[in-house]
Amino acid sequence: MAEEDSSGDAARYDAVLADPRYQRLVRRRGRFTWTLSIVMLVAYFGYIALIAFDKAALAAPIGGGVTSIGIPIGIGLILLGILLTGIYVRRANKEFDPLVDALKKEAGE
Amino acid sequence: MTGGPNWSAIAMFAAFVAFTLGITWWAARRTKTRADFYAAGGGVSGFKNGLAIAGDYMSAASFLGISSQIFGVGYDGLIYSIGFLVGWPVILFLMAERLRNLGKYTFADVASFRFAQAPVRSFAAVSTLAVVLFYLIAQMVGAGQLIKTLFGLNYLSAVIIVGVLMTLYVLFGGMIATTWVQIIKAVLLLGCATVMAFAVLFQFGFSPEALFTRAVEVKASIAAANGAAAEQAAAKGLEIMRPGTFLPDWVSAISFGMALMFGTAGLPHILMRFFTVPDARQARVSVLWATGWIGYFYILTFIIGFGAIVMIGTNPAWVTEAGALRTGNMAAIHLAEAIGGNLFLGFVSAVAFATILAVVAGLTLSGASAVSHDVYATVLRKGQANSDEELRVSRITVLVLAMLAIALGIAFEQVNVAFMVSLAFALAASGNFPVLILSLFWKGCTTRGVVTGGLAGVLLALVLTILSKPIWVDILGNAKAVFPYTSPTIFSMPLAFLTIWLVSVLDKSPRAAVDRGGYLHQRVRAETGIGASGASDH
Repeated sequence: MAEEDSSGDAARYDAVLADPRYQRLVRRRGRFTWTLSIVMLVAYFGYIALIAFDKAALAAPIGGGVTSIGIPIGIGLILLGILLTGIYVRRANKEFDPLVDALKKEAGE
Repeated sequence: MTGGPNWSAIAMFAAFVAFTLGITWWAARRTKTRADFYAAGGGVSGFKNGLAIAGDYMSAASFLGISSQIFGVGYDGLIYSIGFLVGWPVILFLMAERLRNLGKYTFADVASFRFAQAPVRSFAAVSTLAVVLFYLIAQMVGAGQLIKTLFGLNYLSAVIIVGVLMTLYVLFGGMIATTWVQIIKAVLLLGCATVMAFAVLFQFGFSPEALFTRAVEVKASIAAANGAAAEQAAAKGLEIMRPGTFLPDWVSAISFGMALMFGTAGLPHILMRFFTVPDARQARVSVLWATGWIGYFYILTFIIGFGAIVMIGTNPAWVTEAGALRTGNMAAIHLAEAIGGNLFLGFVSAVAFATILAVVAGLTLSGASAVSHDVYATVLRKGQANSDEELRVSRITVLVLAMLAIALGIAFEQVNVAFMVSLAFALAASGNFPVLILSLFWKGCTTRGVVTGGLAGVLLALVLTILSKPIWVDILGNAKAVFPYTSPTIFSMPLAFLTIWLVSVLDKSPRAAVDRGGYLHQRVRAETGIGASGASDH
C-alpha cells in the first residue's frame, strides 16, 4: 500500500527493474501463464460455443451405448483444468522460484 | 421422511455444532490482532488453505443444487460444475501469487495499490457488499429449507439459528475459526460424497455406461407412465445425456459461461483466502490443492445425481408422478437415506448444513473486513486506526450483517437458490474481476477509470438482473421479462472493461499521472514479493 512505498523501496524496485534476471522472469513467466490461460479459455469457450450453437454435437452417443460424447468432453474439461494447474505449479516451483529468490536476496530480503 | 424431526440428523448436527464451537473458543484465544481476525495471522499452509478454499467453494448450491439439477435434467447440471471449476486455473495463472504479494487483508489492498485509496476502496466495499449479500441470501434460504425439511423446524427459526451460529464463529473466532470450520467441513463433505458415489458405482460394477443406461430407462419409464408413446418416452429418457433447455439461446449460454468462469476470480471471500498464507509459493500450492479437490468433488456430484435418478427417481415418497422432487434441492439427501438408512441420512444432512454455516461465516467475514479495513480504517480514518479500533468496527459489522442476512433470508424465502448464486457470480465478474485484471496488467489504468468502470459493470449487471424473469416476472409480477437472457455478464463485463479503458485513456488529471507512474514498482512487487510483508501487525 502507498504508505509502505517509501523512497527506500523505490530505489530497490528500480534496481530490480534494471536486473536482467527480472526481465527474464517476467518475460518467461508471462508467456507461460498467458499461454496456459489461453488454452483453458479456448477449451472452455469452445465447449460453451457447442452448447450455444450446436447442442446436437454433444449428444452423439459413443461406443454404441447411451453415453454421449458430451460426457467425456465435460469431465475432460474438469481434468484439463486440474492438469494445467499442476503443470504451472511444477514449472513455477522448479524454474521461477529460484529466480525470484535470487532477486529477493539481491534486494536484501 | 415425513417432515417430522429426524433424531439421528439432529444428534449429528448437535455434535458438529458443539465441536465447531469448541474450535471457535480455542481460536478466540488466539485472535488478538486484526491480522489474526482477517487473515489468521498469515500462517495457514498451502495444503490447509487449499482445503479451506475448496470448503468455501463447495457450498450448498454445489452439493445440493447441482446434484438435484442433474437428478432433474441430467447433463445440464454438469455445465454448472465445469463453469465453476475452470475459473481456478485462470485465478492461479493471473492472480493468486500477485494478490499475495500486493495485499494484506482484502482484495481492495490490491485493487487500490497504486491508486487513490479512498475512491477505489469505497468502490471495492460497495461491490464486495453487493456480492456478499446476494451470496448470503442464497445460502440462508438454502439453509432454512434444509433445516425445515430435516428437523421439522419452521423456516423462521431455521434461518435465525444459522444467523446466530455464524455470528458466533466469526465474531469470536475470526479467520482462524472460519478456516478450521471450513477445513473440517471440506473433509467431511468430500468423505460423504466419496461414499455415496462409490456406493452408486458399486451397484453397476463400476461401469458408468451401465449407470447411465439404467438412468435413461428410469427417465423413459417416467415419461411412459405420464402417457408418452413408447418412441417418445425413449427419446425423453435420452435427453438426460445431452445439453437441454437450461441455456436455450446462444446469448444465455455464453453469458452464463462468462459469469461462472470470471466470477470466481472476483469473489471477495475467495480472494481473501490468499492473504491467509505466508507467501506467494503457498498461495500457488493452495490453488493446486483447491482445484484438485473441487474437480474431484464435481465428478462425484455428477455420479451422485445420476445415482439419485436410478435409486430414488421413482420413489413416490420423495418424487411426484411426473418425476420431480417433492422438496426442491434434496436429491442428494434422499439418496443418502436410500444408501445408508437413517444414520447416514443424519450424517449427510449435518454435513450439508455445516457446509452452509461455514460458507456463510466466510462471506460475513469478507463483508465485515470490507467495511472495517477498507471503509473505516482507510477511507474514514486515513490509515490512522489501530488494530483494536479496527477489530471493534469489524465485530459490529458482523452483527449488522448477520441481522441483515437473517432479514433477507426471511424476505427471499421463495427465491431460486441457484439463481441467486449465479447473480453473485455475475456481479463479481462485472466489477471486481475487470478492476483487478486491469489494475494488475495495464499501466494506463487510472483511479477514475477503475471506479467508474467497476461501478458501471456492477450497476448494469444489477439492473439487467432485476429486469430478467426471476425478479421482474416471478417476484414483481410483471407479465414479460424486459431482459430475456439467463445472465447479464455478456453485456456488463465488457462494459466494465470498456469504461475503465475509455475513462483511463481520457483521464488527464494529476492523479492519473501518479497512477500510471506507480505501475512499474507495483509490477516488481507483484512479480517478486519484494517489499511484501506477511499478514502481520507491526
